[in-house]
Amino acid sequence: MIEIRDLHKKFGALHVLKGIDLEVQKGEVLSVIGASGSGKSTLLYCINGLEPIHQGRVVVDGTDVHAKGTDVNKLRQKLGMVFQQWNSFPHLTVLENVALAPRIVRGLSMAEARDVAAKQLGHVGLGDKLNSYPNALSGGQQQRLAIARALAMEPDYMLFDEATSALDPELVGEVLDTMRLLAEEGMTMICVTHEMGFARDVSDRVAFFHQGTMEEIGPPAQIFGDAQSEHTRRFLANVR
Amino acid sequence: MNDTIHFFSGFRPADMVFLAEAAWRTLLVYGVSIFLGTVIGTICGWLLFEGRLLAAATLSPVLDIFRSVPLIIQLVLFYNFAPIVGLNLDPFASGVVILTVYTAALVANVARGGIEAVGRPMRRAARSLGMSYWQDLRYVVLPIGGRAVFPAWVGVALGVMKDSALVSVLGYVELLKASQILITRTQEPFLILSLAGAFYFALSYPISRYAAKLQQRWAQ
Amino acid sequence: MFDYNFHWRPVLKSLPDLIEAGMVTLQVAVLAMACGIVIGLGLALIRLHMRGPLRWFASAWVELARNTPALFQLFFFGFGLGAFGWHLSPYTIVLAGLTFNCAGYLAENFRGGFQAVPDTQIRAARSLGMTSVQTYLRIVIPQVLRIVYHPITNQMVWAVLMSSLGMMVGFRELSGETQFFASRSFRIFEYFAVTAVIYYAIVKIILGASRLMALRLFRY
Repeated sequence: MIEIRDLHKKFGALHVLKGIDLEVQKGEVLSVIGASGSGKSTLLYCINGLEPIHQGRVVVDGTDVHAKGTDVNKLRQKLGMVFQQWNSFPHLTVLENVALAPRIVRGLSMAEARDVAAKQLGHVGLGDKLNSYPNALSGGQQQRLAIARALAMEPDYMLFDEATSALDPELVGEVLDTMRLLAEEGMTMICVTHEMGFARDVSDRVAFFHQGTMEEIGPPAQIFGDAQSEHTRRFLANVR
Repeated sequence: MNDTIHFFSGFRPADMVFLAEAAWRTLLVYGVSIFLGTVIGTICGWLLFEGRLLAAATLSPVLDIFRSVPLIIQLVLFYNFAPIVGLNLDPFASGVVILTVYTAALVANVARGGIEAVGRPMRRAARSLGMSYWQDLRYVVLPIGGRAVFPAWVGVALGVMKDSALVSVLGYVELLKASQILITRTQEPFLILSLAGAFYFALSYPISRYAAKLQQRWAQ
Repeated sequence: MFDYNFHWRPVLKSLPDLIEAGMVTLQVAVLAMACGIVIGLGLALIRLHMRGPLRWFASAWVELARNTPALFQLFFFGFGLGAFGWHLSPYTIVLAGLTFNCAGYLAENFRGGFQAVPDTQIRAARSLGMTSVQTYLRIVIPQVLRIVYHPITNQMVWAVLMSSLGMMVGFRELSGETQFFASRSFRIFEYFAVTAVIYYAIVKIILGASRLMALRLFRY
């Protein structure tokens, strides 16, 4: 379980997150929507400790992420992350991209790491690209590579930071399909997204962020059909 | 107090004048060479661009030699070659000739890069306005391409300034040669070398910083 | 007009010695580059990540190396340190001077290389649980090496050309050896002409080897 209590985050004078309280249960798919600059992406960075926080607590399976003695590198193995810019490592083949972290972080042997990597790449439909370099892949393929890379750490949670925003429109579908597949397999996911269709069809709950606060959270039917907040209704009217 | 007096004992005011004159000679051989070298190098760059195959086969291997052989060897070679063909050149003239050719070889590549930086569409646009080939070069290629490679040219110019110290191998008393002479006489190597180093640094550092700033501003 | 008789025989006789001296040139250049790469990497990292005295030291090194003549730097290691009672051998002077110079130039190349690797690459690696050291060794440095590969090759060529300054401090590398032979036989032009060819060959071999290595190293 991921438990967030009274989370505050500032960038200089900018107060990006103003007291977030949120719980995500095992097996749940949560979509986070809202305008750019509303703090949704920062929330993900605070969950896996890539950004320090100023107040509050983030607890993952009983471990306080930002506590002094926490081994964040160990913790991050539990928390797979996929970025808006897919960040393939350009100097490694597709297979090496995925096999590197299992080998040097989880300590698998070269052969084991390659097996794990090949399996995950097959899972996201890149089984025939193992020895290509990322620059030979389309954006959609590179984003699926990023998903396989995160999955190869066998994480308990997956964090998606606008995974489809940087893609050409015709490539969005293949990545969303992969994410949908993961959700069906029971992965716990937090998806910051601008894809309202995905949020409505796949998530168990949808959270709407507005200027650093979580304005509203509830099942998709409630958020998309019967939003309580004026801000939520206005945002949804604009994106559709 | 005693220590300081001892430290400066061998170095007299007249030596300062000697160094200043040598610094002037450094600037002189450098200034003439960089001017001539830039002009000739730009013409070579234009030939490389326009001449295509012919230039690639003839001019560019020749220029390449001047970039692949140490300058000091070039200087010694030319200084000893000139009398063979009946030219009696003093160290200054020999230095200027080789530094000019060396500069030209480096500038040629920069200049060609500058012409290439001006895209075909822009040049076609200029010609479509009725500009002649030369007008296009003068009013479009020179300002736009020149700006694109100005920082690179500054890099070459500063490099040649530092390399110009090598003319001393021919016996031309430029700043470093003068320093060496003074060091032998006064036994004050640290003081004298610091003065010489400070002279080069004071010229090179502000200019290189300025060029880097310009490049940053133009890159935006 | 040609009343000069070229005498190539003595040069050909000493060709084995010259080629051996060429190996000394290559050796000192390679050593200086190896030290320069390690030190330059350190200087770049200090300038990128640190504050205070260590950073001033690194900046002073880089700016002095880039803004004063290489010959000045050699003189400094030669006579300048003599002021403090340090008397280095000609070999050490050249090696120290070249290393100082290469490290300064390479530091700037490395700095640009590090800045060219996007921060998002580091984030992605850290999100997989890699430590910062693992991230640097596995993700950042391999990409930086690719970016600075051509500048390193150019610097290697420079190191070879610059090592010819050994002649000015009494080091018998290729140029020094040539001068030694030339002054004994008075066949200055012939000797230096052959040496120029040897330098040209060394430079071409380095460039060719670098190109071959790049094919094997960078398949992306």
